[in-house]
Amino acid sequence: MADILPEHPDFLWRNPEPKSSYDAVIVGGGGHGLATAYYLAKNHGMTNIAVLERGWLAGGNMARNTTIIRSNYLWDESAGMYEKSLKLWEQLPEELEYDFLFSQRGVMNLAHTLGDVRESMRRVGANQLNGVDAEWISPEQVKELCPIINIEDNIRYPVMGATYQPRAGIAKHDHVAWAFARKCDEMGVDIIQNCEVTGFIKDGNRVTGVKTNRGTINAGKVALCGAGHSSVLAEQAGFDLPIQSHPLQALVSELHEPVHPTVVMSNHVHVYVSQAHKGELVMGAGIDTYNGYGQRGAFHVIEEQMAAAVELFPIFGRAHVLRTWGGIVDTTMDASPIVSKTSIDQLYVNCGWGTGGFKGTPGAGFTFAHTIANDEPHELNAAFNIERFETGHLIDEHGAAAVAH
Amino acid sequence: MMLIECPWCGPRNETEYGYGGQAHVAYPEDPSTLNDNEWAKFLFYRTNPKGLFAERWVHSAGCRRWFNAVRDTVTYEFKAVYKPGEPQPITTTNAPAQGGTK
Ligand SMILES: Cc1cc2nc3c(=O)[nH]c(=O)nc-3n(C[C@H](O)[C@H](O)[C@H](O)COP(=O)(O)OP(=O)(O)OC[C@H]3O[C@@H](n4cnc5c(N)ncnc54)[C@H](O)[C@@H]3O)c2cc1C
Ligand SMILES: [Zn+2]
Repeated sequence: MADILPEHPDFLWRNPEPKSSYDAVIVGGGGHGLATAYYLAKNHGMTNIAVLERGWLAGGNMARNTTIIRSNYLWDESAGMYEKSLKLWEQLPEELEYDFLFSQRGVMNLAHTLGDVRESMRRVGANQLNGVDAEWISPEQVKELCPIINIEDNIRYPVMGATYQPRAGIAKHDHVAWAFARKCDEMGVDIIQNCEVTGFIKDGNRVTGVKTNRGTINAGKVALCGAGHSSVLAEQAGFDLPIQSHPLQALVSELHEPVHPTVVMSNHVHVYVSQAHKGELVMGAGIDTYNGYGQRGAFHVIEEQMAAAVELFPIFGRAHVLRTWGGIVDTTMDASPIVSKTSIDQLYVNCGWGTGGFKGTPGAGFTFAHTIANDEPHELNAAFNIERFETGHLIDEHGAAAVAH
Repeated sequence: MMLIECPWCGPRNETEYGYGGQAHVAYPEDPSTLNDNEWAKFLFYRTNPKGLFAERWVHSAGCRRWFNAVRDTVTYEFKAVYKPGEPQPITTTNAPAQGGTK
């Protein structure tokens, strides 16, 4: 039987009217905005703060993603950030007193070419040196962990092995947002929905507040967590971001009995698959190529990922696409996020998580809150500054990190 | 799937095309005079407007030629397509890319 889901919860937070002034205002009520507010309140004692969300809580990418959580990234900076995030995930259900179905069922990144194999083994080595659980497994071990996968050599790109991170997994994304929101609310944070930031108030080079559709709100500090809309916010605030916004789609099948016990990702044939607790097969792949703010993409992208999925998992040939949807992801040229101060005083930006920021939710919140409270980055996000595009200290996770989700 | 008009071949399926990002980003005229900030702007910064965007497409599975388009990034609707060298027929709100001007 599929797992029984928890009861639909009552209201978990107040819906207060915005005050005229806060010590800090966070723009964007997705996972990152909420996690930032949570750690600002909990770790830095800043409770006179608000999260402003133009729509409804977690209506952006937060409740549209495919919830893969892992930390097996190649570079030291990324391993530091994503492994911290994974460690926070491991303690959050208890800390937030909310069972949001965090399931460490492991993630495999398949290798289908000799190039894949070499790159994967290199990444496993780098992960192990950085204290990230990672191993290289053979096709037979892949099959043992996920019996429905086809490891025969009768397909165009046979499975030649995989990297495996046992502590990786999935969680129920909307519940994660609600868990953070409830705790934030308990600590006095105002969560304000239907409140769109439309401009910034500045005194010289210092930000002093935001203009919204619900009036002006003064703020000692302003922190941007706008994900797909980060460029729009930055333009209003008067600085540039090296971000391009793209549609990213995902899909689910109808409900099935549990058949897929882990998470399988393939960069080369390009699909990734897990099975949600309720029983849907959850699948995704890459972005639609063009810039887009439309929260939708084209069907041929879905078709290509289904083709890859059916080749790897022949029994999926009998499943049906129940629902497809899209989000707007904020991509950078080095496929790494920006968690940084800006050229404007007391204005901070967290963005560029692109196709893979759900897993980074606690890590982003933890390091970004530190950056905001101290006006200095935490050691874990210091390298994720905006200046790296100028200094050349890029954190190039393109390809290196397997599929970037 | 979008129906995209190639200025040479006419309307074809989106799958025949490749995307090239922001249009009209010129290579710096005198590269040796650019400082790091200007290089960063040329290499890594592209405008990302919500609304009209002048961008490049290539008809990869057709005539293999590049062209420009003005498209709305919210509705995805193409407002105009035009050949390289032709002036942008509709103005866009986003400023042209920095860095290529020097
Ligand atoms: C289809 C899909 C699959 C994905 N799969 C994965 C995955 O498997 N694993 C993974 O790690 N990541 C994944 N991601 C990426 C992940 O979802 C994002 O990186 C992450 O959610 C971004 O942070 P967020 O939750 O704060 O974003 P969002 O939830 O998008 O939050 C940003 C919020 O800002 C609000 N906002 C914007 N402008 C304004 C304004 N002017 N005023 C007020 N509010 C504003 C928006 O309404 C939005 O709610 C996926 C994304 C998509 C779309
Ligand atoms: Zn053509």
